[in-house]
Amino acid sequence: MSFRTPLSRARGLGAAGHGTAHFWAQRVSAVALIPLSLWFVYSIVAIADARYEAVRAWASQPASALLLAVFVVGVFYHAHLGIQVVIEDYVHTPWLRVASLVLLRMLVFLLAAAALFAVLRIALGS
Amino acid sequence: MREPDDLSTFPGGMKHSTRPLSPHLQIYRPQLTSVLSIAHRGTGILLAAGALFLVYWLNALASGPDAFNFLRSLAGTWYGQGVLLGFCFSLFYHLCNGIRHLFWDAGVGFELSTAYRSGRAVVAASLVLTAATWVAAALMGGGA
Repeated sequence: MSFRTPLSRARGLGAAGHGTAHFWAQRVSAVALIPLSLWFVYSIVAIADARYEAVRAWASQPASALLLAVFVVGVFYHAHLGIQVVIEDYVHTPWLRVASLVLLRMLVFLLAAAALFAVLRIALGS
Repeated sequence: MREPDDLSTFPGGMKHSTRPLSPHLQIYRPQLTSVLSIAHRGTGILLAAGALFLVYWLNALASGPDAFNFLRSLAGTWYGQGVLLGFCFSLFYHLCNGIRHLFWDAGVGFELSTAYRSGRAVVAASLVLTAATWVAAALMGGGA
């Protein structure tokens, strides 16, 4: 007895072709976040007790703004991939699982956009 | 197709295997390796929550001194410092244990003794890095 769908049998591919995409995306974003998060912690330490003007001056430098933007994208991409697996592991009710995954993706896009927009506002001084 | 012999029947008529099952999670005594494994997931979830603060902090910095100074005064309280310390440790733990995972992905370090040694190294490195960050921040600002 086979549990595969007719379409899956006709394609004859199994999971091949896309089964490792998530795995690779998670690893590549993890490797990218190693230097990025070390840079972020270093920067936060350097401005730990700084006043508003000093922090704003630091964040509006092109190099800081660029790295902040890349860090934000990396963080939310990696967090999305990670939380997705947590939901897939623990949420078994089909409709709730799909709803959680859709909600997660929407939240991640919204929050990443809000963070990037703030970085832009700081960099462009508005 | 005939059912295999080792299936008994629930009152409702559902088939249920009597073959030995892997014990449930709570049967096992916690080990360093399993605790570090679930801690990797736990810190990952914490850090995803921490990303919310990153969004808040950037937006406060973009909106002006009032919003920023409010957040800055929150960060200076004992509970603010506690939350920051938790995020700092979570970040370093997830970073170090993530590197441990990358070695496993490359097929390196699977021997049990190596897994324990790398696990202890991860805990030690995260504690040292967290402490170093806290000391550095205190030296930079005379009280983080």
